[in-house]
Amino acid sequence: MSAIAAELVPERDVTYGRSPLSHFVADVWVLTKRSIARIRREPETLADVTIQPVIFILMFAYVFGGAIALLGGGNYHEYLIGGMLGMGLAQTAPGVAVAQVTDMSTGLIDRFRSLPMSRWAVLAARSVAELLTQMIGAVVVAGVGLAIGWRVHTNAADVIAAFALALLFGYAFTWAGICLGMTLRSPEAAQQTGFILFLPMVFISCAFVPIQGMPGWLQPIAEWNPMSAIATACRKLFGNPNPAAAIPSWPLQHPELAVLCWSAAILVVFAPLAVHLYRRRALG
Amino acid sequence: MSEAPAIEAEGLVKNYGKTRALAGFDLVVPAGTVYGLLGPNGAGKTTAVRVFATLLRPDGGRAQVLGHDVVNQAAEVRRRIGLTGQYAALDEYLTGRANLVMIGQLSRLTAAAARRRADEMLERFSLTEAAGRAVKTYSGGMRRRLDLAASLIGYPSVLFLDEPTTGLDPNARAMTWDIVRELAAEGTTLLLTTQYLEEADQLARRVAVIDDGAVIAEGTPDQLKSAVAGEHLEVVLASGADAEAAIIAVRPYAAGSVQPDQDGRRLSVPVTAAEGLTTRVVRALDDAGVQVNDVTIRRASLDDVFLALTGRLTSVEDDRETETELEGSAV
Repeated sequence: MSAIAAELVPERDVTYGRSPLSHFVADVWVLTKRSIARIRREPETLADVTIQPVIFILMFAYVFGGAIALLGGGNYHEYLIGGMLGMGLAQTAPGVAVAQVTDMSTGLIDRFRSLPMSRWAVLAARSVAELLTQMIGAVVVAGVGLAIGWRVHTNAADVIAAFALALLFGYAFTWAGICLGMTLRSPEAAQQTGFILFLPMVFISCAFVPIQGMPGWLQPIAEWNPMSAIATACRKLFGNPNPAAAIPSWPLQHPELAVLCWSAAILVVFAPLAVHLYRRRALG
Repeated sequence: MSEAPAIEAEGLVKNYGKTRALAGFDLVVPAGTVYGLLGPNGAGKTTAVRVFATLLRPDGGRAQVLGHDVVNQAAEVRRRIGLTGQYAALDEYLTGRANLVMIGQLSRLTAAAARRRADEMLERFSLTEAAGRAVKTYSGGMRRRLDLAASLIGYPSVLFLDEPTTGLDPNARAMTWDIVRELAAEGTTLLLTTQYLEEADQLARRVAVIDDGAVIAEGTPDQLKSAVAGEHLEVVLASGADAEAAIIAVRPYAAGSVQPDQDGRRLSVPVTAAEGLTTRVVRALDDAGVQVNDVTIRRASLDDVFLALTGRLTSVEDDRETETELEGSAV
């Protein structure tokens, strides 16, 4: 039998003896560092969790906000942040799709697939890196919110729960973004499609305006829109104005549970689909 | 004593829709040699390499690398191979060193070993100076070198090089050739696809010619040349010499029909090489009163082999798009 060079390498230099789980974790970490290194080199890739939410917040707080009446009164600036948090994190999904298309179109994925690394580490690492940038986004939204007069009126546990729900929600959307990126061929197509799918989702919800102001036929859609669930959950947990509480629809009466259900449903559909698409794309 | 082959394929079939990329592809690559896979664009070279590198699942047949099945024991195969494709497989935004360390770690080296190995490779490929720069600032030649370094970082026993010198300048090509020779001397098995016949001739101990998804000839470059195209005696006649008389004079020594060129000044005589053949032909021509300027034995080039086997010349640039599209749709 011919010499196997890999077996000529000193044993202390290789990690073959370790468990599959420790390999998976190590590979995800190595690939996550790759994404972080990219962000450090090109900080402008963070625009969709920094500049974009800031623009949205300022536009709605100072341009549209004055024209939006909250049922039962309340400060629009306080209302806005609960809607902005979930939306701000979930809106990274089109960017994820673009990054995924770009990755799939280079030879790098082929190289990864010819290595003895964990097969799904590439996708998992993308979602972890995205979660880290979403954390930055959450800090930005909260910071700008505090600056324009947003305050929380509950305890630390509720606030932490709100941020945790928003991050879970954003994480679930990352997997939808990965799937979108896997089905499209060009970054431009991913950008366009992501935008077209995402825009109505954001605006036909109570993220920025109360549902009560919408026409009757549109209200059920807005009530069951996951974007409304996360906005309502955050407002409730922050103790901010929350007109949706008056709507007797199940997701708005149990917004935290609705967010958990929506996130779980999105993950259950899109994570295996992403893995399946990756496998199929890869194996030809 | 015969060693187990490093790469073995039996009746591989791979279809892309209606296009048959591999149609009963057979191959045996002995361990520790440089093996050339030669063929025009679209012949199926890249598809075959992708099957061996576990990137494509064949529709039929089987393939083994170092005794491990590429489908059922893909993980075992991946431990032992390196792959350099036609396009540099690197992260543009990472530095050269960061790319190598990352690929080293993903090849199951510890972080410390990956860093050590990365520095070793950067040194070997003269990239130490550029190591701290993002790859997107690299020239084409530097990228290819880094790509080759990346495919070696995990100490592969079998290395697949898919058209490693396509698009490289002569310097970079010569450097790649040197590296291939060094690796071969160290005992690495190399499977190299190329459209450059000269490259296969220079580097490969054995060559398979592939066309329409199947191997149509196999052997050492010398075997192929003499089996398919044989050797030729080139006779250049002096001006005013009688071509007819010359043809009659050399006919007893010819192994086939004697071909004069268009203006009758040059004869191409297929021969079987033998001691003193040239001398005897010169004497026969002299006896017939034919004046010659030059008589030389010309070995067939792999270009002749290719022309004889496929009826086509290699390196038809127009075909390039076809294969790129085909392979692209596979990913």
